[in-house]
Formats: sequence, structure tokens, C-alpha cells
Amino acid sequence: MAEVLVYVDHVDGAVRKPTLELLTLARRIGEPVAVHLGPGADTAAATLAEHGAVKVLTADAPEFADYLVAPKVDALQAAYEAVSPAAVLLPSSTEGKEIGARLAVRIGSGIITDAVDLEAGDEGPVATQSVFAASYTTKSRITTGTPVITVKPNSAAPEAAPAAGTVEQLAVTVAETSKGTKVVSRTPRESTGRPDLTEAAIVVSGGRGVNGAENFPVIEALADSLGAAVGASRAAVDAGWYPHTNQVGQTGKSVSPQLYIAAGISGAIQHRAGMQTSKTIVAINKDAEAPIFDLVDYGVVGDLFEVVPALTDEVKARKG
Amino acid sequence: MSLRIVVCVKYVPDATGDRHFAEDLTVDRDDVDGLLSELDEYAVEQALQIKEAADDDAEITVLTVGPEDASDALRKALSMGADKGVHVEDDDLHGTDALGTSLVLAKAIEKTGYDLVVCGMASTDGTMGVLPALLAERLGVPQVTQLSEVSVEGGTVKGRRDGDTATEQLEASLPAVVSVTDQSGEARYPSFKGIMAAKKKPVESLDLDDLDIEADEVGLAGAWTKVDEAAERPARTAGTIVKDEGEGGKQLAEFLAGQKFI
Ligand SMILES: Cc1cc2nc3c(=O)[nH]c(=O)nc-3n(C[C@H](O)[C@H](O)[C@H](O)COP(=O)(O)OP(=O)(O)OC[C@H]3O[C@@H](n4cnc5c(N)ncnc54)[C@H](O)[C@@H]3O)c2cc1C
Ligand SMILES: Cc1cc2nc3c(=O)[nH]c(=O)nc-3n(C[C@H](O)[C@H](O)[C@H](O)COP(=O)(O)OP(=O)(O)OC[C@H]3O[C@@H](n4cnc5c(N)ncnc54)[C@H](O)[C@@H]3O)c2cc1C
Repeated sequence: MAEVLVYVDHVDGAVRKPTLELLTLARRIGEPVAVHLGPGADTAAATLAEHGAVKVLTADAPEFADYLVAPKVDALQAAYEAVSPAAVLLPSSTEGKEIGARLAVRIGSGIITDAVDLEAGDEGPVATQSVFAASYTTKSRITTGTPVITVKPNSAAPEAAPAAGTVEQLAVTVAETSKGTKVVSRTPRESTGRPDLTEAAIVVSGGRGVNGAENFPVIEALADSLGAAVGASRAAVDAGWYPHTNQVGQTGKSVSPQLYIAAGISGAIQHRAGMQTSKTIVAINKDAEAPIFDLVDYGVVGDLFEVVPALTDEVKARKG
Repeated sequence: MSLRIVVCVKYVPDATGDRHFAEDLTVDRDDVDGLLSELDEYAVEQALQIKEAADDDAEITVLTVGPEDASDALRKALSMGADKGVHVEDDDLHGTDALGTSLVLAKAIEKTGYDLVVCGMASTDGTMGVLPALLAERLGVPQVTQLSEVSVEGGTVKGRRDGDTATEQLEASLPAVVSVTDQSGEARYPSFKGIMAAKKKPVESLDLDDLDIEADEVGLAGAWTKVDEAAERPARTAGTIVKDEGEGGKQLAEFLAGQKFI
């Protein structure tokens, strides 16, 4: 069976959930071969094997951390040459997309970004995309070269499928031309203890209606009662009430959770672009005419400062 | 020597309009007004600030690849303060994918001459966010992308990238390709004077011949990706909407419990 390269997104060997989703999708089109760059391959290998990786190709070099993107492209290209895969899958993160794009140029292949589903087709893998702020669903494929496809988080439920996961060292030479962009410093994001926004099963977001940084704990309390991640609209972020890293929307994170709760958010097209594919959508807004209500499965017209704390109490009571 | 800046700007259908696909499964450009992608305004703004910081010893060329109407995007950028425009326009470009677009942009940038290429973080239609990386690869220069802060001094570009797990300070020697996010700073509005001046600024028009690109390398026929289906998402079935009369939180909890979220 044809092999499919899966680029591993991880933090020091802790594999992030979107990669497990990629492995699941990869099995629909071939045998997944994981490419793990940087430290922690031994830790990662067990998880990758459990989710279907027949092989784990790994390389570690200081250049991966010292320079932006290009050295990782050199490594992925080496893996591509070693394996001759039927497709290359990467997560739709900023970095995943950029690595995929540069690889596509080098190997003379087309690229599809932000797939939300993937299937085997007669003429190669067929990718589903959700475009124009999720108002259209398209099916596309790559006609030239080896398909390079980036997949959005939450596009598939990770399935266990134990495989060998044999770890093999990958020989990588980082080209001089790949050392153009120096990473002078790196400050890791502080963990909030809450689930990652893009991976969370439930997201609770607050908008301008939250009316101040001092009120965001109302949103956080609901999120914590549900074990959810916290999101924010750009209006809330621009006002300085919540960090930009929590922004949901076209220029923020794109989320696709099982449940999305929007409180005090009107539902502008750019916000919808980042959350419209959520499975169940709930909104709390005091304006019955707010466009967000066009999207909801359940909406409450009311003051979020009444509704949200009452809901939080109710959730806590029910969870005991 | 003066700094040559090329800003890539895309002409896109207005995102607040009702966007559709045409019969050939390309973007229907007739049914919604087009405009300069709002995210590219941030690119023009940063280019202008870099020029100002260089004591105006810089020249800004705005470059677009698109149909005739795409000149509107160039005019907007020129009215904000860019110096001249380059418009790559050719009937054979219809339906070009990302790889093709990056080929055309790269050739046009090389022909124009550059020290710095500035792009938006993503277009508001395709929203791929890969063009800047594709350009860096094709031009063989560093990519300094997704920046929320950017500055140029003595042949070096520096910037801050707020990534998924960390914030990075980046640095590269020119020539380089950068892209800037909407966190980089509000774009200025064109002044009346700027709008009047823009009318007199030169816009060079190029076609595929001028760039030594064969028709079959671009367009729908030359695309390496193919859209087989585009279906409008069915309207969501109307949800339940209740008015809070003291019980809103409880009713919502009831709904969430029914859906097994609690
Ligand atoms: C290029 C571009 C990119 C953008 N990217 C993004 C993006 O990524 N994400 C994003 O969110 N936006 C984005 N925007 C901005 C977007 O257009 C909207 O301005 C923004 O989403 C509005 O945020 P909001 O809904 O919180 O605020 P508003 O539109 O002001 O809505 C606030 C809502 O709160 C309600 N409200 C007020 N008080 C209460 C209360 N006490 N209880 C209940 N409800 C209350 C109001 O009725 C109103 O509906 C972008 C815009 C542009 C041009
Ligand atoms: C809904 C939709 C989905 C698409 N999906 C794919 C896909 O999966 N694969 C694929 O190969 N193509 C795809 N395309 C086509 C692709 O959008 C075009 O090729 C486009 O010109 C480049 O992509 P982008 O605008 O999305 O680029 P982005 O990478 O989002 O744009 C980043 C920046 O590049 C610059 N730029 C981009 N295009 C131009 C231009 N024409 N002129 C000047 N500057 C420009 C701008 O500075 C822009 O801000 C899609 C198009 C649409 C409308």
C-alpha cells in the first residue's frame, strides 16, 4: 500500500491532537509514515504508533529551532525523497501551511490548504474545504505532483490503530540558503491550564458585550465549568480585554468544536469565518436582531451578565 | 541607495457581500463588488511606515495579479501613499491557483526589482496564507512572515511573530519577503490629496509574454489543483430562540444537557 507522509506537530515529543487526526485521515489513503523533527521522537513514537504510524522518520538539528521554517522544509523534503509518498499531510497551522507550501514548490506539486475532510478518490485524495466563511463546501484534488494537503484541527476523530511505528533516523542536510531567517528569541506562551483553543471540544467566547477585561472572568467561569477553552471576538481583543492568541475568526484562530457558545458577540462575517463549522452553536445576546442568531441551534435573548452566571451555576449543580 | 519595496495586493470580492462560485467553479467576480483585500491595507501601511523611517529614501511599488478591475486595488494603495503600480493582467490568468499565482508574482517582482516584498497575512477570499512563503521559496530569499511588528534598518529586517505556541523575534538580511498581520497597526485612510495624487501615479501593465510565462503554466488549465464540486451550504435549520425572563440560563442548561454537553 502507498505510504503517506504525516508531518508531526509536537512540543518536545508531546504530540498535538491535530497530528493524531492526520494519522486517522492518512489511513484512508495509505500507510502513514510520521515525520518527527526536533527533540522527543522516542516519546512521540509510542503515540504515533498507537495511531497507525508504520514508521517514524526523525531528525533533530539546532537549525530547526534557530531559523524559521526553511530547515524543516529541507528535512521534510529528505523524507519525501526517502519514501516517495502518495501524499503529504500537514496540520493547518501557520507553520504547517508554510512548510507545505515551500515543499510544494520544490517537488513541483499543487497544494490544498485548510481541508476539513479527506477521502481516497479514483484520481488521488479528495479534500473537502469549507470556504467563504463556511458558506460553501468544495471538493478538490491535486492534479500535478504529489498531493500536499494541510488539514484543519477537529476534522476527524482520532482513532487508535496500532502499527509498528519503527523509529528511523532521517539524514538531513540543512542548506545554507535555508538559514536566512534567524529566530533571535523565542518566548513560549504561558499555559492557562485550559484546553487549547483550536483543539477544544467546547469553546466559550466573549465579545464587546462583555464590556471590559474585568468582566471576562464571567466567561472564564462558564468555560471552566464545562472544561472549555476561552475565545474572544476581535472587538474584545482590540479593546485589550483578552489576548490576541484567543481571538476567534478570520484573522484569529479558526475553531470547529462540538459546542461553541458566543456571549455578547454580534456575529460579523469575519467572526463567523472562524467558528461557523462548529457542530452546535449557542449564543447569548441582548439584541434579538444580532446576526449571530441566524447561526444558532439555541439562542438566548438576554443580558449575558444574568444568563451566563445562571448557566454556570446550573452546569456546576448538574455536574455535582 | 534607496530601498525598493514591492507590496503585493489582491483584489477580492467583498466579504460582506453574498459570494458565489461561477459555473466553471472559479470565484464569481460579477455578482459582488471587488475591493483591495482589507488585510493588504496593513501591508501597504507597514510599507509606508518603513519608507517614512527611511527618511523617504524608499520607493513603494504595489503589485497585483488580477482582472481589469483589480486596478481599483492598486488605486486604493496608491491613494494611501504608494508611489507606483504594476498590474499583471492577462485573460489566460483566469482560474490560476496558488502555485501559479506565486510564479507570476515572483517573475513580476524580479522584473520590477526589489529589496523588500511586503504581503498581507492572507487574502480575505482564498485565505490560504501561503503566498508569502511560496514567494520566498521561488525568489530564494528569507521569509519573515506573519509579523505583528516590523522594522527595517541598515539592510536588516526585524519582526515579531506571534506563533501558536510562542512569540518569536526574527531577523533577516535583505532582500526578503515579509507578511504582516492585522495586529501590525491600523491602516491609514487615504486623504483627499492622496486620492487626487493617485490618479497621476504611473501604473505599468504587464501580460504573460512580458514575464516569459507560457499560458499553460497558469490559469484554470495550468492549475495543479482542481475544484470538482462547490456546493452552497444549506441554510441552517432555524434554531430555538428564547427570551430571558429570569429562566434563560436554566433553559440553556436544559438544552445543553439534552445534547449531552453537561
Ligand atoms: C479584515 C478584518 C478581519 C477581522 N477579523 C476578525 C476576527 O478574526 N474575529 C472577529 O471576531 N472579528 C474580526 N473582525 C471584526 C469584525 O468585523 C467585527 O467588528 C467583530 O467581530 C465585532 O466583535 P463583537 O461581535 O464582539 O462586537 P459588536 O459587533 O460590537 O457586538 C457586540 C454584541 O454584544 C451584544 N451585547 C452588548 N452588551 C450585552 C450584554 N450585556 N449581554 C448580551 N449581549 C450584549 C450587542 O447586542 C452586540 O450584538 C475583522 C474585521 C476585518 C475588517
Ligand atoms: C475559496 C478559495 C479557496 C482556494 N483554495 C485554494 C487551494 O486550496 N489551493 C490553491 O492552489 N489555490 C486555491 N485558491 C486559489 C488562490 O486563492 C489564488 O491562487 C490566489 O491568488 C492565491 O491565494 P490567496 O489569495 O488565498 O493567497 P494568500 O496566501 O492568502 O495571500 C497572501 C498574500 O499574498 C498576496 N497575494 C495573493 N494573491 C495575490 C494576487 N493575485 N495579486 C497580488 N498579491 C496577491 C497578498 O499580499 C495576500 O495578502 C482558492 C481560492 C478561493 C477563492
